[in-house]
Amino acid sequence: MTVGGSAQIVLFMVVLVAAAVPLGAYMARVYSGEPVLLSRVLGPVERGAYRLLRVDPGRTMDWKAWARAIVVFSLVGWLALYLVLRTQSLHPWASYGLSGGAKFKSAPWDVTFNTVSSFVTNTNWQYYAGESTLTYFSQMVGLTVQNFLSAAVGIVVAIALIRGIVGREGKSLGNFWQDLVRTILYVLAPLAGIGALVLVSQGVLQNIAHSLSVTGPTGLSQTIAQGPVASQEAIKLLGTNGGGFFNVNSAHPFENPNGFTNFFEMLLVLVIPAALVLTYGRLVGSRRQGYAIFATMSVLFLAGVVVAYAAEAHGSPAQHAAGLHTHVLAGSTGGNLEGKEQRFGIAGSALFDVVTTVTSCGAVNSALESFTGIGGAIPFANLSASEVIFGGVGTGLYSMLLFVLLAVFIGGLMVGRTPELLGKKIEAKEIKLVTLGLLMTPLSALAASALASADHDGRASISANAAATPQGFSETFYAYLSQANNNGSAFAGYTGYVNSVGNLGAHTSYRFADVLGGFTMLFARFAPIVFALAVAGALAGKRVSPAGLGTMRTDNATFVVLLIGVIILVGALTFFPALLLGPIVQGLTGHLY
Amino acid sequence: MSVRRDMLTSVIAVLACTLVLGLGYPLAVTAVSQLAFKDKANGERVNVSGRLAGSKLIGQAFTRQLVKAGKPQVDANGNPVTAPDPRYFQSRPSATVPPDNAAGSSFSNLGPNNKVTEQAIAANVQAYLQLERRYTPGLSAAGVPVDAADSSASGLDPDISQANARIQANRVAAVRRISRAAVLSEIAQHTDGRTLGVFGEPGVNVLELNLALNRMGEDA
Repeated sequence: MTVGGSAQIVLFMVVLVAAAVPLGAYMARVYSGEPVLLSRVLGPVERGAYRLLRVDPGRTMDWKAWARAIVVFSLVGWLALYLVLRTQSLHPWASYGLSGGAKFKSAPWDVTFNTVSSFVTNTNWQYYAGESTLTYFSQMVGLTVQNFLSAAVGIVVAIALIRGIVGREGKSLGNFWQDLVRTILYVLAPLAGIGALVLVSQGVLQNIAHSLSVTGPTGLSQTIAQGPVASQEAIKLLGTNGGGFFNVNSAHPFENPNGFTNFFEMLLVLVIPAALVLTYGRLVGSRRQGYAIFATMSVLFLAGVVVAYAAEAHGSPAQHAAGLHTHVLAGSTGGNLEGKEQRFGIAGSALFDVVTTVTSCGAVNSALESFTGIGGAIPFANLSASEVIFGGVGTGLYSMLLFVLLAVFIGGLMVGRTPELLGKKIEAKEIKLVTLGLLMTPLSALAASALASADHDGRASISANAAATPQGFSETFYAYLSQANNNGSAFAGYTGYVNSVGNLGAHTSYRFADVLGGFTMLFARFAPIVFALAVAGALAGKRVSPAGLGTMRTDNATFVVLLIGVIILVGALTFFPALLLGPIVQGLTGHLY
Repeated sequence: MSVRRDMLTSVIAVLACTLVLGLGYPLAVTAVSQLAFKDKANGERVNVSGRLAGSKLIGQAFTRQLVKAGKPQVDANGNPVTAPDPRYFQSRPSATVPPDNAAGSSFSNLGPNNKVTEQAIAANVQAYLQLERRYTPGLSAAGVPVDAADSSASGLDPDISQANARIQANRVAAVRRISRAAVLSEIAQHTDGRTLGVFGEPGVNVLELNLALNRMGEDA
């Protein structure tokens, strides 16, 4: 670990807070319907959108209407994306991007099923290899659109849950379509546009051109992929989507060309999840409530960053066995640089991958599979905490609020009072819904991992290098943990039809991984959303009782400690046995398998 | 009835978003980028005497195809069999097939506790020592910088570490018959420091460095 590396981490936290505070305030105004700076320009567009969609923004919806609208909207988006990805040979620019002017074909139905499910659920798992599987048209008209829409759905569910918590007038959670339009118009689109241009100014690619054929100084020829990268990169990060334009995602120099873009991209990932927590504080009328959750998330986040950075700086057993010295030298980063880029170094790689695994982004700038046992255990831990450490846009906040309700309930039992949050009593019905909601993701992750580990066709996806080793189990477990959490990062040796160099594999048994992964993502996305909305509906109609002397506060340090304890307890009890079999056994021994 | 209404609204919404966000947004960003940041938006292309020689951002292999009995050699998969050209600084190990394949980026996906990983790293160390030890006597595995032995993430890393460049400078200076000081000064000129002094790690851009050395030869 170096001073320079640690300084980057500290500076990142400072800039994140500085960006999240104004954005949190801005979003609170947007969702309260108060005028903002952009209203003058976007107000007419917003009203035009309601006319086009034939919705009356004044008509409020209860939780069942919300759930129905979300399911129908996602289904239509799913079908549209499937249609786009399966008709690639008909696309404009279908011969752009491949070497020698070859034309793109469509990936088989099972890969497409996985990819479509993954983008509609904000997961962006990559069984496709961007530059060799997808046309520019698919990337733009297919993937970019769902990057916006799936992110917007996550955010509005969080807003609905907040409305349930503060609701004073019956069952209304606001209007889904209105919140959706506002999220895209006032939050995602402007930020993505600015973000994309900043990225291009730093060297992120943005063109619609044939791939380049170049001849290097030694006479060797090289084909260089091109494409509209920056516009997708910006929303991929901002919406915590994470699906790379290229196979290696944000490790590719055209997606992430230097130390500054690396920093800026991490900021794009965390800014909305962090700001939403502060939006929550403002919308419930007590900013301290937001600060308490923000503090909880920050503590867990920084703990992960420190451990991952220290572990990667130490180097791996394989490096040491090969005789390498991994300490910092003058002019060398030292540490475990396998699967990492020189320009990011150890700190920039460790921080990036913690940022994208606490959120549901899942972009990577280095190979998670090559992280050390302990370093790689941090992404595992982040996913095991059900992505509530900032988490995905909206999904992080609504999942965290379920944990808050659980902590209030446990705290209430400990002091022997009826648990309540912001004056609303938490009773048997709510706590049942909360528990079910929180269990959906772990349930699907563990069930799918067990199935894939036990099944012959499931094990076919494990990379040859890792077969019958703890690494092979880590690959499998991470694959389904990531897809169940709608994260999308991978121990990328795990293969699903499109192999690591982007060729379509001939191995039909990868179909198992494609299909199981697809269903895991769909279930683990929509089941928790329905439960979160049901909780919102149950809370919405409750009377608010004034706080008394015995009321447990939810905005002080004691509650932060309790909340951290509950999150760790639930995650550890659920996942510890499985974690032992993979990363932990590798982290604790220097043994080579 | 309500489901049908939701369906209608959803279809209109998805179609509208496809037009506005799927075509409008990326094409608008492309147009502005091509006007305002033409060089950056097209991947910082590098030309040598009017011919495209690469992209500043994309690593290349500075190797030559081996020729046996007048025929260029290929391996079983039809990929060229190559050896490093000692006149040039060499890029980091790459896990793509063939190395530095800018049409198909790929991780090595080598695990931290796997024998395969040890063997891969040991092979990289051996190759490095074989190339450099003649010019840097006493160099051993312990002195090989990690970036020279570990494969990069993208397989396209354009940079090497400064420590790595200083070792290779001995060879390049000897083979090109120029002073080591001149090579070191070129290294310094093609080192990208931390952005704003804080972000990332310094790296030496291998393509630009090699092209600069070629230009030196022409001037002389």
